[in-house]
Amino acid sequence: MIECEDLSKKYHGDFWAVDGVSLNVQPGEILALLGQNGAGKTTTVRMLTALITPTRGWARVAGYDVVQQPQEVRANVGVLTEQHGLYMRMTGEEYLDFFGKVYGLDAEARRSRSQYLLEYFGLADAARQRAGEYSKGMKQKLALARALIHDPSVLLLDEPTSAMDPESAQLVRNEIARLRSSKRTILICTHNLAEAEALADKIAIIYRGRILLNGSLDELKRWVFGAVEYEARFAEPFEAGELDLPEGVEVTFRSATSLRFRVEAPLAVNPKILEELVAHRAPLVSFQEVARKLEHVYLKTMAEARGGTYAA
Amino acid sequence: MRREWNAIWLVAQREFKDQVRDWRIIAPMALLVFMFPFIADDTTRQAVTFMNRYGGDLILANLIPFVILVIGFFPLSFTLVVALEAFVGEKERGTIEPLLSSPLKDSHLYLGKLLVGILTPLLFSYISIGLYLILVSRRDVTFPSAYMLTLIFLLTFSHAVLMVSAAIVISVQATTIRAANLMASFVVVPVAFLLQGETILIFWGNENVLWFAIVAVVLLSILLVRLGLAHFKREYLLGREIDTLNFRNMYRVFREQFMGGARSVGEWYRVAVFDAVQKMKAPLAIVITLAVIAVFASYFWVTNNLPAYVELSPDRLDELRAMVGDNLVVLDQLQDQLPAPLLFFFNARTTLVFLLMGLISFGTLGVVLYVVNFALIGGVLGAANLIGFSPLLIFAAGVLPHGLFELTAVILATAGVLKMGVLLVSPNTERSLGEIFLVALADWFRVFIGLVIPLLAIAALIEVYLTPVLIKMVFPFL
Repeated sequence: MIECEDLSKKYHGDFWAVDGVSLNVQPGEILALLGQNGAGKTTTVRMLTALITPTRGWARVAGYDVVQQPQEVRANVGVLTEQHGLYMRMTGEEYLDFFGKVYGLDAEARRSRSQYLLEYFGLADAARQRAGEYSKGMKQKLALARALIHDPSVLLLDEPTSAMDPESAQLVRNEIARLRSSKRTILICTHNLAEAEALADKIAIIYRGRILLNGSLDELKRWVFGAVEYEARFAEPFEAGELDLPEGVEVTFRSATSLRFRVEAPLAVNPKILEELVAHRAPLVSFQEVARKLEHVYLKTMAEARGGTYAA
Repeated sequence: MRREWNAIWLVAQREFKDQVRDWRIIAPMALLVFMFPFIADDTTRQAVTFMNRYGGDLILANLIPFVILVIGFFPLSFTLVVALEAFVGEKERGTIEPLLSSPLKDSHLYLGKLLVGILTPLLFSYISIGLYLILVSRRDVTFPSAYMLTLIFLLTFSHAVLMVSAAIVISVQATTIRAANLMASFVVVPVAFLLQGETILIFWGNENVLWFAIVAVVLLSILLVRLGLAHFKREYLLGREIDTLNFRNMYRVFREQFMGGARSVGEWYRVAVFDAVQKMKAPLAIVITLAVIAVFASYFWVTNNLPAYVELSPDRLDELRAMVGDNLVVLDQLQDQLPAPLLFFFNARTTLVFLLMGLISFGTLGVVLYVVNFALIGGVLGAANLIGFSPLLIFAAGVLPHGLFELTAVILATAGVLKMGVLLVSPNTERSLGEIFLVALADWFRVFIGLVIPLLAIAALIEVYLTPVLIKMVFPFL
């Protein structure tokens, strides 16, 4: 479990790299932390790993306080750092064995965990090769294996699939999903919005050290774009202005071949709109919810944070 | 304890494997280790032959201990580069963060790196020395005694510990490998001087004195390790700072500490100077105790041992007493020969030397010089006693009047130096090592400018104008 309240870090001068971050990630949940480069993601992760002391606020990770019990925090957390950080002259096998020892695993546990992870990530054949000879993707996978070697209850992963080919990335995503189902608490920092959308139960967007949004994807969509939007598309030009739309329908876009509207209670209102369209012999092709992706949420949030506007 | 040791060994072992797998480290080291003994053996033999051709009377056997010392030193200086990048190198290669994110303690990481930093060069040094000794054993010269060899092996060990401890401190504090390598001269140059000093001791022939060098170097190394551990910060190793000297910030830190927020001289004395003295209670107690011990130990040593070295027959004693009496006239010329401002300058300079020596040795050398000064007072009083003068009366007339101010000033300054050393080796998570150094320096200068300088000025005036009068007055009663 990861909990933090008002977590803040000030560097030299008056620069707040992280300012008042509050998060709560329960076992079996994945939180994706999104933000530009330099937004404060890495500093947040480092505070949660007890590498950096917070200037203000508190955090508990895996049940331990990051300031009072840094040793315990580190022992129970698996970290995939921004840079893979491999020792290039060590073989994959030696590398995992070394970190297994660092985390206090006995010889049998080290052997079985290393074997499992190397096989799972498709590195078994390269286990006796030096890490310096690995491809970028292999290095990333080995680094991820290192983060998992002690089977930690909390995982902090910085760009877990960066530099990986689509198949390897899928493999990693499956492993992360498996870890979630085995009640691990996971925080991912990523720029890959599709990945965050596919994996995360919660999403937090950080900008200049402050959390702008934090919630489930549906919540984020509602907060950013308001009520759900629907769209009716027509096969040929249709004059939608003649329609007598029920009360509470807000038309957001109208063209000769489409009509977009927002409703607070779609279950009650949408059948009526459909009836109205059929009654007016509208050449209806489709009637569906307008897809809002995390990418739109993110870009709109960031644009507004910078004082601009976002046009989808 | 076993678990702690295992963790340290784990870090050291990985580092060692990494080193031996790097041919760029191993190849030149092997070359140096295996070639240098042959070169040294042949060169020294030729040097001796050449010198003796012109009546140099140099014997190869005399040179051997010195050459062993040099042969041991070369691999140490080379592998210093490896120790220098222990932390900063990992930082630059990006491998430090996974290690820092692990449950290893600061001491495991630090001592593990230190251990391998010491063991690798020592291994190479001893191999090289061993090879040279094999070559020497084949020549027709006196082989160094087992005692001398033990001393040289210990000296080589102490050099390794000193150099690597200093290199690791640099490695933790430097932000780039380049900066760390540039700072290597701060390690190599003092150790080279040390080596020269030890060489003099070897040629001088008093082997036992080498023990002092060994103990001093090991003590200094322990302080360096303590300093490194006290200021080891994971956060600092992950920082993105670049190597720039921020003079404005340095000045601000120094000034803020020096002024203590005071807006007038009176307030400065109240909030800055006296506060600094208040915080020096423990160092003051230590240096006062050391002074008392130095005076008495020296007094009794001189009283008991000087007669064995100097002839002190009744006639000789009469002669000495008469000589002192005749020389009293010199005191009349003191004002011209050593005017008060000059005396003040000499004393202030001495106090600054205490500071400088303290700065390079965590306060220890400053305290050593201070102890030597007090030992001199005890020695003079002891000698006076042997001649037949009253040491108490000499102390009361010749030392106490100006000493009340001068010795107080020296005690305060030395306590400040000691406190500075303690501050440097004490853990402080709030400030960087540079800031701690500046704060400690500002504290010392508070006391120096606020108290030591005025006290030394008063002491100089008394010593030049009052002390000679008092000595002349009491001389008939001595």
